[in-house]
Amino acid sequence: MLEVKLDKLTLKNPVMTASGTFGYGEEFADFFDVSRLGGIVVKGTTGERRQGNAYPRMAETPSGMLNAVGLQNVGVETFCKEVYPRIKEIDTNIIVNVSGSSIEEYCKVAEMVNELERIPAIELNISCPNVKKGGMGFGTDPNMAAQVVEAVRKVYDKTMIVKLTPNVTSVVEIAKSVEGAGADSVSLINTMLGMAVDVEKQKPYLSTITGGLSGPCVKPVAVRMVWQVAHAVKIPVVGLGGIASAADALEFLMVGARAVEVGTANFIDPTVTVKIVEGLQDYCERHGIKDINDIIGII
Amino acid sequence: MTNFKVVDRQQLGKQYFTLTLEHPSKMEKIEAGQFVEVEVAGAKDVFLRRPISIHDVEDNRIKLLVQVVGKGTRKLAELKTGNTVNVIYPLGHGFSITGQRPLLVGGGAGIAPLLHLAKSYNAKGVRPTILLGGRTAELIAVKEEFREYGELLFATEDGSLGEKGLVTQHSRFAGDYDHICCCGPTPMMKAVARYAREKGTSCEVSLENMMACGVGACLCCVCDTDEGHKCVCKEGPVFDIRKMTKWMKN
Repeated sequence: MLEVKLDKLTLKNPVMTASGTFGYGEEFADFFDVSRLGGIVVKGTTGERRQGNAYPRMAETPSGMLNAVGLQNVGVETFCKEVYPRIKEIDTNIIVNVSGSSIEEYCKVAEMVNELERIPAIELNISCPNVKKGGMGFGTDPNMAAQVVEAVRKVYDKTMIVKLTPNVTSVVEIAKSVEGAGADSVSLINTMLGMAVDVEKQKPYLSTITGGLSGPCVKPVAVRMVWQVAHAVKIPVVGLGGIASAADALEFLMVGARAVEVGTANFIDPTVTVKIVEGLQDYCERHGIKDINDIIGII
Repeated sequence: MTNFKVVDRQQLGKQYFTLTLEHPSKMEKIEAGQFVEVEVAGAKDVFLRRPISIHDVEDNRIKLLVQVVGKGTRKLAELKTGNTVNVIYPLGHGFSITGQRPLLVGGGAGIAPLLHLAKSYNAKGVRPTILLGGRTAELIAVKEEFREYGELLFATEDGSLGEKGLVTQHSRFAGDYDHICCCGPTPMMKAVARYAREKGTSCEVSLENMMACGVGACLCCVCDTDEGHKCVCKEGPVFDIRKMTKWMKN
């Protein structure tokens, strides 16, 4: 009833986790059986180990938060050697979020992840706002975005989802550009560039001054962008941005998302994703919907 | 994630209060130094949970000692007996409970984990020395409750209780201890850690940083250790100072 398809991937339900909010899935295994999810998008992985930005990296904001983690991760080699063996038996789609500062770095990570049998897809992150080089730089220019997607396409033959930034004038233009360059799917939105000031200390809350805004406060923007993109491209769209309930997830599905990712809400309720799965099931039963695909893109 | 019931609330001076929370059934084992993430319900501008250290554990009850420092803790201060509060527990890893002659040093809100810690030493047949500090006597929120579990000493900056001065200036601070546990303001912990390092005494410090998830997923609450950025919520909050050279210096 809840099964959806994302390119070659079959998801048992449309609910996945957003990269950077769910670790490698293991962190949440104490709370529920994470294999009940449609997919787990693990922490952004780069060519080399990264320490990320200095503390403080987080600020609470009305109905959301700013973060400036800056892609702290163990690097692709350690991921393949140490993390992958620990998580490969999780019975759902484990998707690696691939990040980098150069086309070469994106390709290196994608090529290594391509060899991992139990990783059926990558999410190409051309939208991280918290790194000095690369990241969002690739996602704000349609030509740069196409270049990185084309290059990765040459070394990666499984499902490639490209994660888009909302920090652009026209997200549709970028989405079309990466579709043309060979992306199998797009996911949106990454965080919105924001800033908050501690007036008592008279300085910004974040060590990096600006950071990425997430949480329920960004949801209407995300829904709008997903609606625009879903009507402009043929490849499946993954919607995310502030989802914290089944009703939130349904908004994204109705405006055209084939699947959703849940991010910041994991920090408030570590079991929120599985509650959303149950909520979708309940919604379908209440509305006599036999196949969730019947409501995807009805708006 | 568990809904606990508030069974007692005590105001301790202007800034502090305790909440005693009752688990609906049997609680998981809680190490001294572990913490909880408490949901702040009904405050429209509070989005995240608040990490609060566990002060005391008894049967299926935990006691939290909370300092009101912002909008989250201000809202928690409104909780009353009979209210329900959603808690993720136990989080992080606690103190190692080593040594035969331990010194427990606490300052400000940092005295919170030391009560459960002192009791944990007692359970191993060890009676610790407990040194509590604050600017004034009133700012040491909990005092006599500690007496039963160890030798209790005080240091206040205004001399209103115990010896006048900082904990590190107390006449008994430089005693013959084989392990030091410390929780308090960062400058105090760094001073204690530097002293322990110089003396060659093993030492653990319990850090506090702003947190989001509490389970090591968001990587927001990191501190600078000799092995790189580590999550205070998961790899801490208690850290062995042997890995904290960088932190100590800055």
